Amino acid sequence: MSETPMPLWEVFIRNRSGLPHKHCGSVHAPDATMALQAARDVYTRRGESVSIWVTPSSAIVASDPSDKEEMFEPTGSKIYRHPTFYKVPDDVGHM
Amino acid sequence: MYTQALNVPESGTAVDAGDADKAARFQAIVDREDKVEPNDWMPESYRRTLVRQISQHAHSEIIGMQPEGNWITRAPSLKRKAALLAKVQDEAGHGLYLYAAAETLGVSREELYEQLLSGKAKYSSIFNYPTLTWADIGAIGWLVDGAAIMNQIPLCRCSYGPYARAMIRICKEESFHQRQGYEIMATLCGGSVKQREMAQDALNRWWWPSLMMFGPSDKDSLHSSDTMRWKIKRFSNDDLRQRFVDATVPQGRHLGLTFPDPELRFDEQAGHWQFGEIDWAEFKRVLSGDGPCNRQRMQVRRELEADGAWVREAALVYARKQTERNSAAKIAAE
Repeated sequence: MSETPMPLWEVFIRNRSGLPHKHCGSVHAPDATMALQAARDVYTRRGESVSIWVTPSSAIVASDPSDKEEMFEPTGSKIYRHPTFYKVPDDVGHM
Repeated sequence: MYTQALNVPESGTAVDAGDADKAARFQAIVDREDKVEPNDWMPESYRRTLVRQISQHAHSEIIGMQPEGNWITRAPSLKRKAALLAKVQDEAGHGLYLYAAAETLGVSREELYEQLLSGKAKYSSIFNYPTLTWADIGAIGWLVDGAAIMNQIPLCRCSYGPYARAMIRICKEESFHQRQGYEIMATLCGGSVKQREMAQDALNRWWWPSLMMFGPSDKDSLHSSDTMRWKIKRFSNDDLRQRFVDATVPQGRHLGLTFPDPELRFDEQAGHWQFGEIDWAEFKRVLSGDGPCNRQRMQVRRELEADGAWVREAALVYARKQTERNSAAKIAAE
């Protein structure tokens, strides 16, 4: 097969109103309209969705897994970002 | 299973080159039941095994549409037709989830199709058997999908994230498949003498091929120890096969059907159904391309691929023209 490769799209679906869109897989399609159609047929055959986003996979910028430590580790030591770091006098009650 | 050919030796297996450090870290991730994600470092042999397993699984779903698709136009009622149509659409969907998961490992969809169409990649031997009567649709749902579920539930915990996620979706959908098949069998068994005979005949023909779906016996199985260590596979072929037999025999007896195995008997002590020896010569023959329908299945797949080529080409040209037109209009407007 020496065909032109069909572009790849990432699919995000919103299960119901009030929830964020969540990545669920990918589809191949020539354009955005057909990508949406394919995503509907492939990923929502049982009412799993009220909304779909598709985006060209090549448009996604991702962090490098090998940078995981320098990228995310610094927040590990910043315990003062959590409410439990602070003391509230008992007689003040819930805050 | 759908990937039973994995247990057949692969030519030119390369050994992972060096980097013991990374390999140890990788194994630690797997050992603590964390998931491996697409861009994480992984041993080449892990990647290669997964590509083979996931793509064989995908090919099986796609080829698996043919034996059942054979009965869509002849389903006995509108209800049965709608259900069968939905089931075959699910098989297409499962194939596509799995191709997408395989692609995250760096292989293209075009390469995967090429491997199937050229006959380089295998698919499950079960789909090389013909569907001769309507009862076969019942037997496939009950036995083939039942066997598939047995194998696929542990795969939901597979160490490779995208594969595990695809399997979770698939398992949710498979249980409908098995129930619709069993219901077809139950309806036939509650019908006329002829209908009961049809159900029995379907069981006679599908029972042994269903047991073969679990792949070679553990004593002849290659690749098993690596896939166990990597937590791709959790149970051995024989373990899963035994579980399937234990679950299925009572279901068949409930319908008043008899299994085509004179050695089948319940071992009180072990608490398991003991069954006779599988015809491994048949298993090998069908897997290597010489089953009743191998040629037909491949021919149909190749024709469909070739017949759709002009559609894919036209859609791509249309998309390109739209993009060009839109950018020309934008320039004109500026």
